[in-house]
Amino acid sequence: MATTENVSLVKKIGTGIEGFGVISQGGLPQGRTTLLSGTSGSGKTIFAIEFLWRGIKEFDENGVFVTFEETPQDICKNVKSLGWDIRALEKEGRLAFVDASPSPEEKYETGPFDFEALRARILYAIKKVGARRVSIDSITALFPQYSDIGMIRRELFKIAASLKNTGVTSLISSERLQEYGDIARFGVEEFVSDNVIVLRNILGRERRRRTMEVLKYRGTTHQKGEYPFTITSTGVKVLPLSGLELIQRSSTRRIPSGNTDLDKMCGGGFFRDSIILVSGPTGTGKTLMSTMFVEAGCQNGERCILFAHEESRDQLIRNGTSWGVDLKKWEEKGLLKIVCRYPESMGPEDHLLFTKKEMARFNPNRIVIDSLSAMERVLPLDSFREFVISLTSYTKSKEIAGIFTSTTKTLLGGESITEAHISTLTDAIIILRYVEMHGEIRRGLTVIKLRGSWHDKEIREFVVDNQGMHIEEPFRGVEGIMTGMARSVTQLEEEELKKLTK
Amino acid sequence: MKKEEEFVEKEKKERKYILKLYVTGQTANSLRAISNLKKLLAEKLYGVYELQIIDVLKHPQLAEDEKILATPLLARALPLPMKRIIGDLSNKEKVLLGLDIV
Repeated sequence: MATTENVSLVKKIGTGIEGFGVISQGGLPQGRTTLLSGTSGSGKTIFAIEFLWRGIKEFDENGVFVTFEETPQDICKNVKSLGWDIRALEKEGRLAFVDASPSPEEKYETGPFDFEALRARILYAIKKVGARRVSIDSITALFPQYSDIGMIRRELFKIAASLKNTGVTSLISSERLQEYGDIARFGVEEFVSDNVIVLRNILGRERRRRTMEVLKYRGTTHQKGEYPFTITSTGVKVLPLSGLELIQRSSTRRIPSGNTDLDKMCGGGFFRDSIILVSGPTGTGKTLMSTMFVEAGCQNGERCILFAHEESRDQLIRNGTSWGVDLKKWEEKGLLKIVCRYPESMGPEDHLLFTKKEMARFNPNRIVIDSLSAMERVLPLDSFREFVISLTSYTKSKEIAGIFTSTTKTLLGGESITEAHISTLTDAIIILRYVEMHGEIRRGLTVIKLRGSWHDKEIREFVVDNQGMHIEEPFRGVEGIMTGMARSVTQLEEEELKKLTK
Repeated sequence: MKKEEEFVEKEKKERKYILKLYVTGQTANSLRAISNLKKLLAEKLYGVYELQIIDVLKHPQLAEDEKILATPLLARALPLPMKRIIGDLSNKEKVLLGLDIV
């Protein structure tokens, strides 16, 4: 059967807003009006003004900004911090304001009236600067000022129709009261119903999380669902996580893990583009494995970046010294970068952007995140998963090898939420465990998954000294280590079992 | 008492009204507003007003400068404070109230 894919008569124009092109599959529908709906403080105004700013700067298309809420002076002042000099664009005749912000004078209604004057002003402004893009922000502010809501709707419909006639691409923002409910107040979606974008500002785990959703694009395609976005010092940034495709290449080149015994257990080292999850209770040696991994990279002349969420730089360096690793030396050589930051210090989306930015700046071959569980602590589950997906897809696309550590909740055995939710995204999983034997706590290590390669299946004991980690023989005469309920099996029983399997 | 009344009368007479009526072309609302206003001025403010009728379609920049949204709109520039009355001015009581004419 023949299928026609992506055949659409509706053309779209780029907005220059990072990530928006992905979720809208190309931008805003050209020559049409799109409703931008969101609660108060959801980022409507900034989106509306960025659409014009980038339209002028990146696409050489002039714009008109119709403001019903804030005065042009306030808007110019507010976006100046983003480095956008709107006043300069006005002077150059590239952007015009239509100031429809409420005036303080008393108003008396003495009979029927219309908004013909406003329509004339908008059309005049479009003509004056030769605008191709128009933002109207936000029409909801108009409603409380006049008594006849039906009349306002009718008049706005006329204005929307005029915009369509002029062929400009327009964005009309409107307010909604709830994050999930009616599209907009006062039924404005009735007259700009072709295309709807919803901005949300949701409170979850005591943190604000912004999302953007293309709800509807008549006659053309778009990505479905909510996508996180954030407002940074350079504007709106959408994080089109699930828009990513699994097109990563796969490398067969092996790299040393930092421990020759572990390399042997993995059949010759990690793959160059693999993500390794190291999971275990606190103190079993996750940071140690990370440190060794980093050192092995630096010794090969690879660039390594280490994101520490629980320990400071000094602590990490001291730890390294006790295992015979000189992190300071690598840092001085410029091969290592240690980034220490509490995940609590910023919102989830900002944290992801920050992490990506640091990585883009340093361009590493290896990355360590110690620990992911610290991220999990501050993120709602969905965002956490999105964070990991986004990060792994980024590292894969750049062929970066990574170790993510995860702390299990209980000292003996047990699993962590991190494991449960991201284990399928990782290429290898190494489990570290405490093993209680004969009144003594020992440590065990096992590779439970290694995509695309043979690996050792035994649980091996390891010891740590001032030379680092030494992996020894598998535990004999004990079972139930993984579940945290190690119990010794008598020699006799073991032999019996061996006989059975023979 | 009489003196006071005389003073009020005099004040009223000396009071000067500067009015601007913004309309949009020849629409029904615009035409009605013009005729309603002329009738009312002849009756109440004969000889003490100046009226300017502005067609917004011809002078959109003026509408922009004055931030005119709704039309017809009658603006009282003088005496201060400035007042704005919208609609076709068919509700006479409200117009008088808006212009502050007793």
